[in-house]
Amino acid sequence: MTRTAVLVALVAGLAVVVVASFAIGARDIDLSTTIAALLGRGEGTDGMVVVDLRGPRTVIGLVAGAALGLAGALMQGVTRNPLADPGILGVNAGASLLVIVAIAVFGVSSASGYVWFAFIGAALATVLVYLVGSGRGGATPLSLTLAGAAVTAMLTAVITLVLLTDLDTLSQFRFWQVGSLTGRDLATVATVAPFIAVGAVLALVLGPRLNVLALGDDLATGLGQSVTVTRIAAGIAVVLLCGGATAIAGPIAFVGLVVPHIARRVVGPDYRWILAYSLLLGPILLLVADIVGRIVVRPAELEAGMLVAAIGAPVLVALVRRSRVSAL
Amino acid sequence: MSGHRILVPLVLVAALIGLAYASLAVGAFDAAPSNVFAALAGGDDRFTVLRLRLPRVVLAILVGACLGVAGTIFQTLLSNPLASPDLIGVSQGASAAAVAAILLGGLSGAAVSLFAFTGAVAVAALITLLSWRHGISSYRFVLIGIGVAFVVQAFLGYLLTRAEVRDAQSALVWLVGSIGTPGWDEIAITALGAVVLAVALLPLAPQLRMLQLGDETATGLGVAVTRSRILLTLVAVGFAAVAVAVAGPVLFVAFVAGPIAKRLTGSSGAALVTSALVGALVVVAADFVGQRAIADVRVPVGVVTSLIGAPYLLWLLARDNRSRGSL
Repeated sequence: MTRTAVLVALVAGLAVVVVASFAIGARDIDLSTTIAALLGRGEGTDGMVVVDLRGPRTVIGLVAGAALGLAGALMQGVTRNPLADPGILGVNAGASLLVIVAIAVFGVSSASGYVWFAFIGAALATVLVYLVGSGRGGATPLSLTLAGAAVTAMLTAVITLVLLTDLDTLSQFRFWQVGSLTGRDLATVATVAPFIAVGAVLALVLGPRLNVLALGDDLATGLGQSVTVTRIAAGIAVVLLCGGATAIAGPIAFVGLVVPHIARRVVGPDYRWILAYSLLLGPILLLVADIVGRIVVRPAELEAGMLVAAIGAPVLVALVRRSRVSAL
Repeated sequence: MSGHRILVPLVLVAALIGLAYASLAVGAFDAAPSNVFAALAGGDDRFTVLRLRLPRVVLAILVGACLGVAGTIFQTLLSNPLASPDLIGVSQGASAAAVAAILLGGLSGAAVSLFAFTGAVAVAALITLLSWRHGISSYRFVLIGIGVAFVVQAFLGYLLTRAEVRDAQSALVWLVGSIGTPGWDEIAITALGAVVLAVALLPLAPQLRMLQLGDETATGLGVAVTRSRILLTLVAVGFAAVAVAVAGPVLFVAFVAGPIAKRLTGSSGAALVTSALVGALVVVAADFVGQRAIADVRVPVGVVTSLIGAPYLLWLLARDNRSRGSL
């Protein structure tokens, strides 16, 4: 199969997953009713469940999944680090902290207000982790991962501190922290979507530059590329994507880690294709996790973030076990 | 240098006593120096000093000492300062098992400690198993440990969202670690566990020192390397579990105690007693600050240790990158 054929297959797969996301859940709704409801001819409870309950979470899964998949591919490309992921590298924690500060300290209640805080938090954490984890010797998987873990621990402590002074936010935060596609409305998504769109376009444009960068900083410079410009542009895209995704879905780790690796296995090292595949694989993974979460403990639900962690951790272990990584 | 091995612990003990005294005397209600001693002997202010403050201080010392020893053994066995139980998920494993025991099994007391121990052992075994590939590479061990910590943390979050945790404080204990206001029965269980483990550690301590010289040298010196490693790991996991079972995953204490102790004594070897004292000092100090720094807010000890310990880890990483390029 050619790369294009696989890409088309992925689009079809995503469409199937989206329909499944509307149809499957605590209340099973047959396909014709689902499609009728989506076309605006829904009736009764079934129609309401499809449009009002499963609609927003499907859209959020699509947007957040695409953003996280792209962000992971970008981070792995720029840092030349197979373990890069917005969750592991502390970017999500940064966004989380400032969202909570916005709610608890500044009394921001609207999504349009706190999305800015999510971006600032993601940006600060990205810069901090990258500066600490790289330095002149270059960013090794170990030093970046540790810097991410340390930043996450520190920010979590600050988050706890803020929550202690504001107990009302605490119970809410317990649920938000797991990473879930429910509980947000479409207005939030509409606020965030433009930023994610800009980030996504920027990410896709950077594909050729990442290919050159993969040859090493020296060679990339020799080929006439400004490595600094690439890094900064990628950083901006990562912040837009991660900040946006965290603002609508809470901190979700491992999507950004797993998706680019699956993509790489299928298409090889060309970042133009890896980015395109990640854009589609991200939402597929997140939505499948969400759907599985609705089924396994019926009538209760498991948050998507939990299931993604359960899928992602074995992948992380497998990556670390590969000698190329552990030799570093 | 050898003088330091005696002097440093003595200074640490003195500092610990001073800090413990301050913890007993200072607070929302200040007890006069004479009253603290009078209270200890059964005089006035007995409720504040004996019922509220003394249990905290005693437990903080126990928890800190256990974590300090656990961290030092781990770091020595893997000859990697990053291989401490709080970074690689062992503490989180103990915490998750303890929460499962409490929330799902309705257990309390020693049974919870036993579960915490089982959880910690399971996580340690899992990491060892997963990172085993022609022997253990300590970097692989640490990276896989961080991955496992993520998953266990997710599981912990899941348990907390599912259960009826009405008391926010008790939920926080298991997420960040906190001393709370322990009863003497809890303290007795913790102390008993610590003593049993310390007795088990006594015959193993010399082997730990020999293992530091490398597995081959240790074998030459007559150490059964694999057996010693397994036993020492079990003891270390036990220490971590005893502390976590009662106080939750107080992060970074196990991580910093060993290196600080090493720097203080100036020795290259693992200073177990000094590490225990440093751990105790860190937890008591962190609890003192957490209880009194912000008016009307009781900050859990784990928050304070993270706020101090995480920047220290970042500083270590930044410094190492500048000097050597990698850890």
